[in-house]
Amino acid sequence: MNPRLTLATTGRVLAQIRHDPRTIVLLLVVPSLLIGLMAWIFVDTKEFETIGPALLALFPFIVMFLITSITTLRERRSGTLERLMTMPLGKFDFILGYALAFGLLAIVQSLIAVGYAVWVCGLTISGNVWLLILVAVVNALLGTTLGLFASAFASTEFQVVQFMPALVFPQILLGGIFIPRSQMPDVLRSISDWLPLSHSIEALQKVTTETSSGAVLRESGIVALWALGLVVVGAITLRRRTE
Amino acid sequence: MNSAPPAIEIANLRVRRGKLEVLHDLSVSVPRGQVVGLLGPSGSGKSTLMRAIVGAQRIASGTVTVLGQHAGSAGLRKRIGYVTQAPSVYEDLTVTQNLKYFGSVIGAPTSDIDRVLSEVELTPQAKQLVGSLSGGQLNRVSLAVALLGRPEVLVLDEPTVGLDPVLRHDLWELFAQLAKSGVSLLVSSHVMDEARRCDRILLLHNGDLLADETPDELLKETKTQDADDAFLALIARANRRVATESSKEAAA
Repeated sequence: MNPRLTLATTGRVLAQIRHDPRTIVLLLVVPSLLIGLMAWIFVDTKEFETIGPALLALFPFIVMFLITSITTLRERRSGTLERLMTMPLGKFDFILGYALAFGLLAIVQSLIAVGYAVWVCGLTISGNVWLLILVAVVNALLGTTLGLFASAFASTEFQVVQFMPALVFPQILLGGIFIPRSQMPDVLRSISDWLPLSHSIEALQKVTTETSSGAVLRESGIVALWALGLVVVGAITLRRRTE
Repeated sequence: MNSAPPAIEIANLRVRRGKLEVLHDLSVSVPRGQVVGLLGPSGSGKSTLMRAIVGAQRIASGTVTVLGQHAGSAGLRKRIGYVTQAPSVYEDLTVTQNLKYFGSVIGAPTSDIDRVLSEVELTPQAKQLVGSLSGGQLNRVSLAVALLGRPEVLVLDEPTVGLDPVLRHDLWELFAQLAKSGVSLLVSSHVMDEARRCDRILLLHNGDLLADETPDELLKETKTQDADDAFLALIARANRRVATESSKEAAA
C-alpha cells in the first residue's frame, strides 16, 4: 500500500466525475428532493418526525451503492483494471482510492441532505447536528463500500443492478422503517441485528430523539466497522490473474 | 558474449479457459532488442499468450519467465509495458489526464508525457477527452500509456488495428527504433503483411506454434512470395497433419 498511489487514484476518479456534471447534480440533489417529497406526503401527520431520520440513511445509501458498484464494474469491463493490475498499483491503493473519492462525494451529499431535512423540511433534532452529519456520512460510506464489494461479484451491468434487490432491499425491509425492529418476529429481529443498515437507521433515529451521544456513537461505530470490513474483503477479492 | 536471459522465455505453457485448452504445451523464447511479431488468425490464442506474459492470465501448467523473473512478479511491473486489445484507457478523462494517472502509478517522470505523446503523434489531441477521439486515436492513447517510464519489454496486442497506412508505417518505424535502443517487443497482429516489418515471426494457430523464424526463412521454407501465401501454406500443412492423425485414430 502506498498513500501516493491511493491519492492519485482518488484524484483520477474525481477528475472522471468532474467531466460528468449531470451525475454530480443528480448525486447531490436527488436524495434531498426525495426527502422533501416524503415530508410533503406526511405534511398533515406527525409521521415525518419518525420516518425522516431513516430517510437520511436510506437515499444516500442506495445512491452511493449504485454509483460505486457501476463505476468499478466499468473499470473491470473496460480492461483498465487489468492494465492497472499489471502495474505497481496495490489492491488496497485501488479500493481505498475509490472509497476515498466516493467518500468525499458522500460527505457533500450528506451535508446537503441533512441541511435540507433540518432547515427546509423542519425535521427536529434533539441531539447534536454535527453528530447527525457524522452518522449520515458514515452511512453513505457504507453504501460506497457495499457497492465496491458487490462489483467484485458481478461480471455484467445486469448482475450489478440485480444486487440491489439482493443486498439492499432486505436491509431496508428489516431496517425498522416500516415497523420498529422491536415489534418484529424474533428470528427477523435477530437477522436485522446483523445487518449494517439497521444500525445506521438506529443511530439516526437516536440522534434525532435523544440528547445523549453514547448510543449514537456505538451504533455508528458498528456501521464504520462494516464499511472497513467491506473494503478489506473488496481488496482481497481483487485478482491480478484471471481466467 | 551476451549472457543476459532472453526477454521472454516460455516452457511447456498450458492455459485453459473454462473446459477448453487454449494453449497446448507451448514453448518459445523471445530474444532481447528485437521486434517479434505474434501472428495468427483470431481465436488462435495470441491475446491469451500475451496475458500470460504480463501475468494477467491464470495458467494451468508450465513456466513463463520475463527478463529472468517469474511472469507477474512485483519486480517486473515497472519493466513491462502492456497494451490490451481493447483500448484500456479512461474515456471520461483527457489524453493528458490519462497519461498523468498511469504515469504516477508507474512512477514515470512528468516529462515522459510529452515524449510519449509525440511518439504516438497525439500532441495536438493532448487536451481532448478520450471519449471524443476516433478509434485509431484511442488505440494510440493506449499505446502511449504503455510507453510511459521506458519499459524494457513491450507487449502490444494488436496496436495497429484501425490505423491508416501512413500511421501504421510510422508506428512500425517507432517499434524498430525502440528495438534498436534495446527494448524487446512482442507485437501481435492478424494482418499478415505486417510480418515483413518484424525481425522474427511467431505463428500461432489453434493454440499451437506453427513457426518461429525470420520473415525470409519463412518465405524460403514455404516457397512463397508473400506473407499471406506463406501462412496459408503453413496452416494447410498443419490441417493436413491433423487430418491424417484423426484418420489414423479412426482406423485404429
